[in-house]
Amino acid sequence: MGQTLAQKVYEQHVVRRTAGEPDLLYIDLHLVHEVTSPQAFDGLRAAGRTVRRPDLTMATEDHNVPTLDILSPIADPVSRAQVEALRRNTAEFGIRLAPMGDRDQGIVHVIGPQLGLTQPGMTIVCGDSHTSTHGAFGALAFGIGTSEVEHVLATQTLPQVPARQMAVTVDGELPPGVSAKDIILAVIAQIGTGGGQGHVIEYRGSAIEALSMEARMTICNMSIEAGARAGLIAPDQTTFDFLQGRPHAPQGADWDAAVEHWRTLRSDDDAVFDREVHIDAASLTPYVTWGTNPGQGLPIGASVPDPAQFADESERKAAEQALEYMALTAGTPLREIDVDTVFLGSCTNGRIEDLRVAAALLRGKKVDAGTRMLVVPGSVAVKQQAEAEGLDQVFTDAGAEWRGAGCSMCLGMNPDQLKPGERSASTSNRNFQGRQGKGGRTHLVSPAVAAATALTGRLTAPADLPDAPIPAGV
Amino acid sequence: MDAFTTHTGTAAPLRRSNVDTDQIIPAEYLKRITRTGFEDGLFVAWRTNEPDFVLNQPQYANASILVAGPDFGTGSSREHANWALLDGGFRVVISSRFADIFRNNSTKAGLLTVILPQAEVEALWTAIEADPALPVTVDLQAEQVRYGATTVPFQTDPYTRWRLLEGLDDVGLTERHVEDIEAYESRRPAWLPRALPA
Repeated sequence: MGQTLAQKVYEQHVVRRTAGEPDLLYIDLHLVHEVTSPQAFDGLRAAGRTVRRPDLTMATEDHNVPTLDILSPIADPVSRAQVEALRRNTAEFGIRLAPMGDRDQGIVHVIGPQLGLTQPGMTIVCGDSHTSTHGAFGALAFGIGTSEVEHVLATQTLPQVPARQMAVTVDGELPPGVSAKDIILAVIAQIGTGGGQGHVIEYRGSAIEALSMEARMTICNMSIEAGARAGLIAPDQTTFDFLQGRPHAPQGADWDAAVEHWRTLRSDDDAVFDREVHIDAASLTPYVTWGTNPGQGLPIGASVPDPAQFADESERKAAEQALEYMALTAGTPLREIDVDTVFLGSCTNGRIEDLRVAAALLRGKKVDAGTRMLVVPGSVAVKQQAEAEGLDQVFTDAGAEWRGAGCSMCLGMNPDQLKPGERSASTSNRNFQGRQGKGGRTHLVSPAVAAATALTGRLTAPADLPDAPIPAGV
Repeated sequence: MDAFTTHTGTAAPLRRSNVDTDQIIPAEYLKRITRTGFEDGLFVAWRTNEPDFVLNQPQYANASILVAGPDFGTGSSREHANWALLDGGFRVVISSRFADIFRNNSTKAGLLTVILPQAEVEALWTAIEADPALPVTVDLQAEQVRYGATTVPFQTDPYTRWRLLEGLDDVGLTERHVEDIEAYESRRPAWLPRALPA
């Protein structure tokens, strides 16, 4: 029987296998940020342990960082103390840190690929559930808790058991104005937030192969929202072209050896998946969420559902609770929902391509007078690239705010937050209650829908706008 | 980590599905750098905004077993959620389905997660709503949940059960295999990246 891509990468990293125990898996790259690491470093100190491979470990500051005035000390003393703890810990244990203000700083899942540290066939972990992002390169990448962060720091390994295998096949051509974000929101709506539980998802099919690396990262990023710890895509020429020449990519003969290995990283024809899901790309339209979990999403042309329509009792109850929290009435067309705030950014959609798509729709136009739009590049490098292309000017001319790099309004750990009762269209990954600020209400959308929504002040698809340059399906 | 063998206490019915870790403890509480003292953030939005939230009801205030709807612990990998439940007095969470990372973190933090079929969760909800003082025993050694005249079996994987029963620390267990790790490292391809400045 053949192996899946995920099984191949897993097997290549087994350090030790003994009946009756989990496998011990080697970790090629450990990414660290300020939130989930301080207690792990304390644990090392308490036990008198060191970091086994500081050279396979990299840290950055992202969750707590303000996106304005980033060269001043962080005003919030608790956030500042957490960032300072990371600086002390990385200095003490000899770990490279990209701090605020550094050219390599950014959201941990944006900087790994951008530096070329994320490569096909690697095992990558981080104390962050969106580590699945790196699966876009054909790496086995997954989020871990703080106890496991400590374990990887100390041993560069993790006890693991093999996951079940799921294939999500997306064939066909995406319609104009429909993007990778819409694919993954449709997948989650179809299989539910627990659908991928216990599984690694491999995304495949002609629509996936046609995607850029940025778009593939958007899809793998939200695997966790479908319940899967990891999602991945077989590396191909698009992957190799993205990597070649990046600071940590192999060079010369090493590059050739690496590519030769990377070309073997695909599921065998006779590999068996425990579950298969098929999506027809041509049938997709822009998706938006209406509820308080990422599985509660619908095509933008739909209306807020009536909870009574759900056959399953726990889904019905969840829908009732969601509508109450979101202050929505069943039957309201999604296109008639007004928003206060549009957030473009995050590890899901804070890359250069996302900013380009939004800027193309905003060029020469004005953000709706009653709507605030925040544009937050995922890293300093993305910010610099966008400014070199003049995108910052497009955003500010339209009346949007152009910010520094960080997690920003994806989660309420820094000054960028919704106020109670405010409603956002957000390119981030979670519409949980209070996720973007206490009492805030979140609709998850693609960058194109975010930009179109900013122009009208209500949930809008690019195709709804007269004379809009509709982006090709990406 | 404290060992877990058997626990008897009262149980609180949390009749919600998809309880994500942002609800268990919101991000603002994650700025702390300590490993204890997270009880003030536990379900804080629901405790603050919903007077009839189950943990606001005096008869469930001292519960040490949480009985929740399906897909408990989804979302963020924050182990703070597990710490907050422990700090808030819980030793066990029962649900028909847990998110993978939450469940895995529980095994590291010493919080027992028990998977029961949804019908058994419903039966337990009914029993503890009828009698909030009903003692519920979760016996990891025997893999049973017992209350009143009812005994419900559950399954755990043998290795995890052994670790929890013994209260063992994973790092110490792995360090016994350092020679295997060194042997693996000697075989890694030279072109794999290092995170040192390029």
